[in-house]
Amino acid sequence: MDFKNRDIISINDFSKEELLHILKIVRQAEQKPKSSMLRGKILAALFFEPSTRTRLSFVSSMEQLGGEVIGFSNANTTSIQKGESLWDTIKMTEQYADVIVIRHPLEGSARLAAEAASIPVINGGDGSNQHPTQTILDLYTIQKTKGKLEGLNVGFVGDLKYGRTVHSLVMALSHFNPNFYFIAPDELQIPENYLDDLFQKKVKYHKTSDLNRFSKELDVLYVTRIQKERFPDPLEYEKFKGIYRIDQPFLLNVKKDLKIMHPLPRIDEIDKSIDDTPHAAYFEQAANGIPVRKALLALVLGKIK
Amino acid sequence: MKKIRAKKAVPSLPKEDLKRELKISAIDEGTVIDHIPTDATFRVVEILDLENHKGVVSIATNLQSKSIGKKGIVKVGGKNLTQDEVNKIAIVAPDATVNLIKNYDVREKIKVKTPDVIDNVVKCSNPVCITNNEQVPTRFYVVKKDPLKIKCHYCERSMGKEDIEIKH
Repeated sequence: MDFKNRDIISINDFSKEELLHILKIVRQAEQKPKSSMLRGKILAALFFEPSTRTRLSFVSSMEQLGGEVIGFSNANTTSIQKGESLWDTIKMTEQYADVIVIRHPLEGSARLAAEAASIPVINGGDGSNQHPTQTILDLYTIQKTKGKLEGLNVGFVGDLKYGRTVHSLVMALSHFNPNFYFIAPDELQIPENYLDDLFQKKVKYHKTSDLNRFSKELDVLYVTRIQKERFPDPLEYEKFKGIYRIDQPFLLNVKKDLKIMHPLPRIDEIDKSIDDTPHAAYFEQAANGIPVRKALLALVLGKIK
Repeated sequence: MKKIRAKKAVPSLPKEDLKRELKISAIDEGTVIDHIPTDATFRVVEILDLENHKGVVSIATNLQSKSIGKKGIVKVGGKNLTQDEVNKIAIVAPDATVNLIKNYDVREKIKVKTPDVIDNVVKCSNPVCITNNEQVPTRFYVVKKDPLKIKCHYCERSMGKEDIEIKH
């Protein structure tokens, strides 16, 4: 399987076999963290909106592999401020770099950037659409902590309506014969078009607003933050804020090997007392960002097959 | 007082020709698109960019139709639509009939087929899609033909028929 020059734009662009191959390379990257395979290569990190984790983990991954990073983390200091189009910005950038990572508030911007560039483009998040490197690290975390991806009972709780990490992970996991449990109030439930898709793929799912209803069934619980910035009306946000809380009493009714994940940052969805239990997988999940991004950079630059 | 006689509208055409003339209006060569849902008539005109067509364009709406109630007809003089152009109108008029005319006769009938990809016809309904913020041709994939459901190539948002707006 050759990923050289391939763009990483949407999790929906990848087959099951391709995802499994990427995960295999991630494992190799984790086992052998030191390498200088990207020496002489330059990553352009174009961050049109703020991001801490994604940007730092890309920068760190590139540097750990011996490469260099150029770019910006604030579009206000660039020609975009002068009205330069995204297309032109990318056309200019590709002259200076071997690979581009882009985060942009407009949805579909990464796809357009990939069409403009002749070098590979990795999507670091385009609005509330896709964030494929997050999805791959979520998949990797599940595979690593559960020992498999096939046939798992996976619950999602919180903001399932706007949460792009949830949407992408649902699509990626649907290759692996899962049972899904969508736990959210009606107003924040998963959009119908995802359920249509699952129905067509014959994936089984349940919807509920009660966190405890299926708690005994779950192998993995993916917790998300209720995102304040998504609510036009602050009163609506107040209504849902703190609605679900994973705490010690919740753990009384779960499988011994339940793994709890969260894309972070968290507010109060997961009580700090959970951090030291064997259920907590969210810090390991965050740490997996490095091997995932190393593997993807090495793959698209053709240094690993 | 002197009587003024009204002029006959079509004085010299034989009966057979008169019938044909009324049926297909003034087009001796071109394309007739019939059985358009009446409220989609002007969208067909938009999609085919007939505003900029140099030949004759006749547009009729709210005509009685046995099969679809009220219908529209668009007649385009001097232009034979291609299958690709015809497919573009499938988004708003999937059951339209398209006749290519030559010397007042129907030379060919083309069936409207919903295409798999719709290029630069539809506007994305997502205001934060890149296509609504930067000059870029839109592209949609047809996910389902009946009822029509399309998905934006860029922002991946799905749209139903009710959300479809033609790009200007």
